[in-house]
Amino acid sequence: METPDNLYVDFAVTARKYKTLLTNKYKNRPVWTKPCVGEVRSTLPGTVVQITVKEGQRIEAGDLLLSIDAMKMQNRILASEPGIVTQITVKEGDKITKHQLLLVING
Amino acid sequence: MTDLNKNIQTLRQKKAVAEMGGGEAAIEKQVAMGKLTARERILALLDAHSFHEYDMFVKHDGRDFGMDKKDFPGDGVVTGTGTIFGAPVCIYAQDFTVAGGSLGLQHARKITKIMDHALKMRCPIIGINDSGGARIQEGVQALAGYGEIFYRNTLASGVIPQISLILGPCAGGAVYSPALTDFVFVVENISKMFITGPNVIKTVLGEDISMEDLGGARVHAEITGNAHFYACSEQECFEQIKRLVHFIPWNNTERSKSVPPKEPCVRLNIEDVVPSDPRQPYDVRDVIRCIVDASDFLEVQQLWAANIVVGFGRMHGETVGFVANQPMVLAGVLDCDSSDKAARFIRFCDSFNIPIITLEDMPGYLPGVDQEHAGVIRHGAKVLYAYSEATVPKITVILRKAYGGGYIAMNSRHLGADFMFAWPSAEIAVMGPEGAANIIFRKEIMEAEDEDAMRREKVGEYIEKFANPFVAASKGFIDSVIEPKETRALLLHALEVSVLKEEFRPAKKHGLPPF
Repeated sequence: METPDNLYVDFAVTARKYKTLLTNKYKNRPVWTKPCVGEVRSTLPGTVVQITVKEGQRIEAGDLLLSIDAMKMQNRILASEPGIVTQITVKEGDKITKHQLLLVING
Repeated sequence: MTDLNKNIQTLRQKKAVAEMGGGEAAIEKQVAMGKLTARERILALLDAHSFHEYDMFVKHDGRDFGMDKKDFPGDGVVTGTGTIFGAPVCIYAQDFTVAGGSLGLQHARKITKIMDHALKMRCPIIGINDSGGARIQEGVQALAGYGEIFYRNTLASGVIPQISLILGPCAGGAVYSPALTDFVFVVENISKMFITGPNVIKTVLGEDISMEDLGGARVHAEITGNAHFYACSEQECFEQIKRLVHFIPWNNTERSKSVPPKEPCVRLNIEDVVPSDPRQPYDVRDVIRCIVDASDFLEVQQLWAANIVVGFGRMHGETVGFVANQPMVLAGVLDCDSSDKAARFIRFCDSFNIPIITLEDMPGYLPGVDQEHAGVIRHGAKVLYAYSEATVPKITVILRKAYGGGYIAMNSRHLGADFMFAWPSAEIAVMGPEGAANIIFRKEIMEAEDEDAMRREKVGEYIEKFANPFVAASKGFIDSVIEPKETRALLLHALEVSVLKEEFRPAKKHGLPPF
């Protein structure tokens, strides 16, 4: 296979750089971001059925925050820490994706 | 007309009806989709006049939802026996023209019968998948059918070669039979493979994706690694299968059939293929072509995890498996996918008595959060497991870099390699010279007036001392340091003296590879 030289890039593995091609899968790999304490994100895609807290409300660990209909189940999202709900970013009936921000709790 | 003649006439009529599958209109639709029919596929794949069909007159089991009034010729699947280049094979092809090739219990039982037959006859089983999925009207019976197929795929695993073609839709539970088999073939625009289809994804996620983008041939050949061979047409796919069947043995107690030996014919000089600067890329398949008979190399999973190359070639007419780091792609690193790919191939070779030749030139494991989080430890361990477990002749040639964990993983002496060769350009060390010098000479470099100059000097010192094959050779970890042009001759020698190799492992029910 003939490969034009200009497709080769410098690719660092440990302290040395190698001339090589990159794969599409490598170029499209997921980028890691630091998880933010207090952000409640969805673990499944689904639909928000009910939101049981309001912005500004004080909550305790174990309180029900919202219910999500996903995978033929109603999934109850509970608070893992006490705190104040500072932001709700979804509303009832919203279709949500995996990892979508649902609400923020300030501890 | 005598009674006998009448009976023969009846048989002929019945056969003619069965052979029409879903009838003319359905066949026209199949053709319009760019697909061959089930029987056409079998005939194109097998040796001429070798196909014998089984169970043509099997009736389906559906009793509910008006199914008892319907007739499905052959219950939507064609099964039988035949030969490929003289090799006996059992084969089945789902017939999309009959009830969308949907799988009911009798359809599945035809498949399991031919699978049982293959296992008893100890010959390869080939499955052509083209089905809308479970026959919903049959309910749990259809699920039972899938389960019985998966069970047999597992029993047959490592005993007879199992080959799957995806020549149409293969969705939901149906995907797991191919996934359990040894080689999966896909064809552009025809193969569609997924657990949940675009409609469900649209409903649940609101994401719009085409079947092709979700689970088309290219996706499985390049991104998921589910497919081993990718073809642009059904005909090309059949040619690939014939080539593969010619390379592999009929079962796990046989060796591959040998063919007349041939010298490599590629117009390349092996010494010129590999640049002396270890940072410069090249195509390791050119090295393989310089080594194998007739320069004929059948690459497996060519598009997926291209940073490692695996496939079959012949040495003096005998099949061998090659595992080679590919410096041209991602510098030839081991990562999750390439480890997975290599390990599975090594295990296939070991199961089917195919010696393994490893060509090593790799800078280590791919660094990155995505790799660590994707489980590069677990996937990487598969390579160690597969090489250590294998008892077929195992030969390594270190071409250039053999650093760190990669050196150990790529069939080192320490994992049981039978022969360890190294070219004079081999660099066997715990890491690349720059990294090593930065650690060993940290103090000298930091305290120097000109840090860069000192670093260069120390890197040079390290290269001089360790970036060569002689330290490892002095410990007996490498058997011989060889000239590149001697490679084929020495590999032939190594294979020749290892034909009687016997190696035993502790008795166990089965091992627990990290998958």
